[in-house]
Amino acid sequence: MSVDSPHAPLPAPVRPPVIAPGHSASTVTERISNIVFGRMPRWFWLAFGVAFMLVLGLLASIGKLLFVGIGVWGVTQPIGWGFDIINFVWWIGIGHAGTLISAILLLLRQEWRTSINRFAEAMTLFAVACAAMYPLLHTGRPWLAVYWLFPYPNSMNIWPNFRSPLIWDVFAVSTYATVSLLFWFVGLIPDLATMRDRARNRAQKLIYGVLSLGWRGSAIHWHNYESAYLLLAGLSTPLVLSVHTIVSFDFAVGQVPGWHATIFPPYFVAGAVFAGFAMVLTLAIPLRRLFHLEDFITMRHLQNMGKVTLVTGLIVFYGYLVEIFTAWYSGNLYEMFMMRNRVLGPYAWSWWLLILCNGLVPQLLWLRRVRSSELALWGIAMFVNVGMWLERFVIVVTSLHRDFLPASWGFYKPTVFDWATFVGTIGLFLALIFLFIRFLPMISIFEMRTLVPEAKIKESQG
Amino acid sequence: MSAPDLQVPTPTDAGGSRAEAVPLDLAAARARLAGARGPQYWQSLEELAATPEFEEMLHREFPRFASEWPSGVSRRNFLHLAAASLGLAGLTACTRQPLEKIVPYVRQPEEVIPGRPLHFATAMPLAGFATGLLVESHTGRPTKIEGNPEHPASLGATDAVTQAAILGLYDPDRTQTLQRLGRIATWGDLLRELAGAMLAQRALGGAGLRILTGAVTSPSLAAAIRALLAELPQAKWHQWEPLGREASGRGAELAFGAPATVRLDLAAADVVLAVESDFLTAGPWAVRHARDFAARRRVTPERPEMNRLYAVEGSPTATGAAADHRLALAPSAAGAFLLAVAAELGMAGAAAPSGLAPEAMRWAGAVARDLAAHRGRAAVVAGEALPPEAHVVALAINEAIGALGATVVVTEPVEAHGTGYLASLAELVADLEAGRVDTLLVLGTNPVYDAPAELGVAAALGRARLRVHHGLYADETAAHCQWQVPAAHFLESWGDARALDGTVSLLQPLVEPLYGGRTELELVAALGGRGDLGAYDLVREHWLPRLGDEGLLRKALHDGVVPGTALAPKTVAVQPAAVAAAASALAAAPRAAGDGLEVALRPDPSVLDGRFANNGWLQELPKPITKLTWTNVVLLSPRTAESLGVRSEELLELAAHGRTVAGPVWILPGQADGVATLHLGYGRRAAGRVGDGLGFDAGQLATAASRWGATGVTARRAGGRQALATTQGHHNIDYTELEGAEAAKRRLVREGTLAEYRERPAFAQEPDHPHLDTNASFVPAWKYEGHAWGMTIDLNACTGCNACVVACQSENNIPVVGEEQVRIGREMHWMRIDRYFKGEIDEPEGIVHQPVTCMHCEQAPCEVVCPVAATVHSDEGLNDMVYNRCVGTRYCSNNCPYKVRRFNFLLYQDWETPSLALMRNPDVTVRSRGVMEKCTYCVQRINHARIAASREGRAIRDGEVVTACQQACPSRAIVFGDLNDAGSAVAAAKGDSRNYGLLTELGTRPRTTYLARLRNPNPELESA
Repeated sequence: MSVDSPHAPLPAPVRPPVIAPGHSASTVTERISNIVFGRMPRWFWLAFGVAFMLVLGLLASIGKLLFVGIGVWGVTQPIGWGFDIINFVWWIGIGHAGTLISAILLLLRQEWRTSINRFAEAMTLFAVACAAMYPLLHTGRPWLAVYWLFPYPNSMNIWPNFRSPLIWDVFAVSTYATVSLLFWFVGLIPDLATMRDRARNRAQKLIYGVLSLGWRGSAIHWHNYESAYLLLAGLSTPLVLSVHTIVSFDFAVGQVPGWHATIFPPYFVAGAVFAGFAMVLTLAIPLRRLFHLEDFITMRHLQNMGKVTLVTGLIVFYGYLVEIFTAWYSGNLYEMFMMRNRVLGPYAWSWWLLILCNGLVPQLLWLRRVRSSELALWGIAMFVNVGMWLERFVIVVTSLHRDFLPASWGFYKPTVFDWATFVGTIGLFLALIFLFIRFLPMISIFEMRTLVPEAKIKESQG
Repeated sequence: MSAPDLQVPTPTDAGGSRAEAVPLDLAAARARLAGARGPQYWQSLEELAATPEFEEMLHREFPRFASEWPSGVSRRNFLHLAAASLGLAGLTACTRQPLEKIVPYVRQPEEVIPGRPLHFATAMPLAGFATGLLVESHTGRPTKIEGNPEHPASLGATDAVTQAAILGLYDPDRTQTLQRLGRIATWGDLLRELAGAMLAQRALGGAGLRILTGAVTSPSLAAAIRALLAELPQAKWHQWEPLGREASGRGAELAFGAPATVRLDLAAADVVLAVESDFLTAGPWAVRHARDFAARRRVTPERPEMNRLYAVEGSPTATGAAADHRLALAPSAAGAFLLAVAAELGMAGAAAPSGLAPEAMRWAGAVARDLAAHRGRAAVVAGEALPPEAHVVALAINEAIGALGATVVVTEPVEAHGTGYLASLAELVADLEAGRVDTLLVLGTNPVYDAPAELGVAAALGRARLRVHHGLYADETAAHCQWQVPAAHFLESWGDARALDGTVSLLQPLVEPLYGGRTELELVAALGGRGDLGAYDLVREHWLPRLGDEGLLRKALHDGVVPGTALAPKTVAVQPAAVAAAASALAAAPRAAGDGLEVALRPDPSVLDGRFANNGWLQELPKPITKLTWTNVVLLSPRTAESLGVRSEELLELAAHGRTVAGPVWILPGQADGVATLHLGYGRRAAGRVGDGLGFDAGQLATAASRWGATGVTARRAGGRQALATTQGHHNIDYTELEGAEAAKRRLVREGTLAEYRERPAFAQEPDHPHLDTNASFVPAWKYEGHAWGMTIDLNACTGCNACVVACQSENNIPVVGEEQVRIGREMHWMRIDRYFKGEIDEPEGIVHQPVTCMHCEQAPCEVVCPVAATVHSDEGLNDMVYNRCVGTRYCSNNCPYKVRRFNFLLYQDWETPSLALMRNPDVTVRSRGVMEKCTYCVQRINHARIAASREGRAIRDGEVVTACQQACPSRAIVFGDLNDAGSAVAAAKGDSRNYGLLTELGTRPRTTYLARLRNPNPELESA
């Protein structure tokens, strides 16, 4: 359903352009590759330094976790999952926009995707890397979980439990990470060749040269590239739907009130796209300003992303309302109590903030004025980022803390190590983004070249 | 075997057939066992070991083998332990190996088979009184305590503190060496010093000699002290026992004109009135009370009759929770209430008191009529915290309703030396202050901590010239004595003690004293110049002539009871004058004034008076009503807390008699208004690493005149909060109300009245959703060909006493996690007892307990979601946990609707302390960090039974597999067995019309089910 949302059947003829006028193939190449070959501004290194400090904090808290145990986190009985799974789902959700933009919008021939797909994909990869860390670290004995969760042949003839959604997760996430990496890398190859050709020293030549896998831009290369890219896009498309569907099974298959709901798969997928686009907006708006890329990432892009955010946000909001309705309509004691506890219980603040962030604030996107304001868009995107985190908090913590037997109810309080790990993965994510900006073209050069007017003329003549 | 060899404990077969006079050869075995270190040398000794000459030489040459060794574990003990670890080494692969070379048995000692435990009968003395035990021993290490079915105070069950005593044995904080002024000394040094003192005392007729003991029922110890006193007529024997039966003892003496011991026989009681008495869980006969009480509550549709219990109490106890009617009444009014009942019964000398609340008056009338209507089948029991006069009135009522001799049994006193503990201690203090005391022996009692502060015991002690303290711990009293003599734990001791009915049990040691401890008897003998005799010789010397022959002695050891020692009931009459005097004293007793709070001081439900303060199992044991752990609190009713303007966890300062204590408030529904109940046993300063500094010393508010409470106490907020560790609920009282309301809505504890049961015996099975098939499944059900294990828990029998919880902890090597971890919800108990309040918070209609174990669901939600298949179903229906396979995702716990799974968030097990390694059950894996664990239905016991049955070529018999919780349960609420065996007790229980499952609408099909609770209300009280 989410793939249908940025529908726009045919581009209207009077739309603002996806690339500012006055650009030619050479100016596009120049502008984008110069970011990598030029000197990075001072703020870049400062920001990278901050992000790197957070990564060090992450390493320290992981060290503590491995040496002392899961008990350094706030998880307890009955709230067996806390920040670990909240953050896992949050990151994996963020990781959805990249593939959606690259694959589905490519298949739907939405050319406005071109300038944002590269770093959206990078963002996906880094978000998945952050996410993948959690399921491993959250186990009591990660040194065993790291391979026992995979079905490897062994003399004991013991296999994982294929009925467990956590095993499905292992496959879903690892497949998604692999395909996303391939997709991203394949898409990079022509640009890596450009970088190789423009390299200014031997080291750059060597590295970009190796990475570009001997790309010479021959017609056969382009032909193979196009087929491979299209195939990978076709492979990725179902993954966008499947990964978060399976992540939602972690909850939906469980019988905890607040988890055990059939609405979870579509609602999670929509939420993931919602979160992903919000994160793309969060990153794209400052980046286009800081690197003067307004010509390539135009207001049209931002407006379209705003529309996608609005539509997926509405689906998510619908999900929240349906949960309330279902709880009431079921007549089930536990479901009704769960919903009342969500709305009025000790963690009610999280639910009401969630409604504010994900339900109400995105409604501002109905207004063209808001969609045309970078600041407003960025602000709304930040609300959505927070809101999507809260959504997982509500699902994980509020559902678990009061389930069937009142005698077992409990409370959850994250510790400093929970926060350090969470903030640390944000640092890791940002540090990787900074490294990506520093070493790779953050906008697809060759695809942007197809958007300049001269390319269009040739196309129409051809 | 020759006579001296009897120093070997006599084993009792594990509940099976009792072979008469099993030939034993353990002494030789031990010699051989110890020989594991130097084969060539012991090779020759081994031959000697069998000869009587060698035995004799051994006893002549080394009467106390360890006495020459100055400290700690003696060489010989060390060898014992090293030999014991032979067995361990093979079973626990992950423990550190000893550095020394160890050698396996060359010839297996008879009966000691690694992996097959032996059971020895012994007894645990607590506050003087014995509970008979069978203790499981693995290759010389006692690992588990069970009740002795032949002992009248146990009948096979135990209470929580008895279960936890095994941890006390291995407590590394016990005094490990004999010390003089903090420096290591030898037994010889002590003997010399005592001999010197005694030389002087003999000249004076013992005028400066004082012996202070706890309550003594031990015939041998009493005889030894009496013999000493006969020799030294000026010497005195004092007693101090904070948990002693002082009030009831004094009350009986007043009422009957002669000392007597009064006990209840609830097997014959249809109506019981308990006034300020927690008789179901506290006191030396509590296990028996629970057993007899529960037996009268077993109903069948054919015989829908059960007893009725009225509880009148200031603070809810397990007894109050079990009661059919419970009245919250300030303890200061309890005497007046008893008087009112007496007056309603029309007893001479009892006038209806004034000032009793109308509700209490209404109660008194209804109860009196009910008691009178059940003449000869009713009983009134008053708590130890009530004054002796209240006991007199209670006895008078018992006489009036024909209970004396029927439900209330009176015998000659069981205590050897009276029950006037406080007076006795006061006399000692006076003598000390007057400088009349030269040599003072303090045996196993701790008055510096637990006697009323105004007596000034600590200051007075310094006036004696020579002070010797004998105890398990270097406690507060030891700090005021020059000598600290490590006591032998009862599991290391030869000795004897009586149960409340007088039955004598002989104590036999399961292990040589780990730290060279001595028994009280040995110390008294040493005082008499017989310091070379061991406890064994002394006990034997006492009992052999009395029993007459070696065989009978051996049988007494084997059985755990000395036959024919129960005291005969005697016929007594309550003296009318005593009743009149008591009535006027009660009428004149100070009642809670209009302003000012009434404080009630009570022994803690877990650590009692503080003697178990260093026991981590008991500290972490959720108290039956509050579910608090690790501390004591100021219990207030919701209304009283509101009027004082305090909330739970806020510190409240209480001042009385010029002393103040400050503790955190805990608001407790069911607490009497205007009464603050404080539990004793906390605020210890020298308990050990576990017990020091926990809670506050509520005993500071006690006075000699009023040990169990104070009236007119001023309270003020002290400012600040103390976060409390509770395993259930929350400091917010609204939470407790919500919890109770939701539990009621969800029908977790199903309860009906006896009348409802008569009308609809299957009321508990009436479904909420008649159309719901809770067995519905897409796949055909698995057929269990062999066994199908299952359990039922009778909520009508359960008193919430916690014995099962500690039994489970002991059996299954469950770690203690500490206060901080409990506070955030990480306690590890595999079994818990849920507690819910019914009705309004201000006036709760009742308190219910529900023990929760793993349900071993047929369709277990945990099994589906484990990614590595670490929790799987066995072909006998068990939900097995494969620790080695578990990676710790905690998904199973999230998905468990019963929340019975426990996760090792940190390394909770103590892998370092060597003594704790000896304690562990070798049949149960010791879990490490990052692993999920839970109740296994004691699968190790199932497997033991399976092996035993297959060796004998038969099927497992019903009742052969007894889970740890089931075995400990005093009220026999838990039944376990094979559901496939139609004749099994558990199959019968499952067929009971009260049988219901928890949350069956989820389709889990739990194997643990419950029998619904029944109340037997008095229509007269119910109508209002």
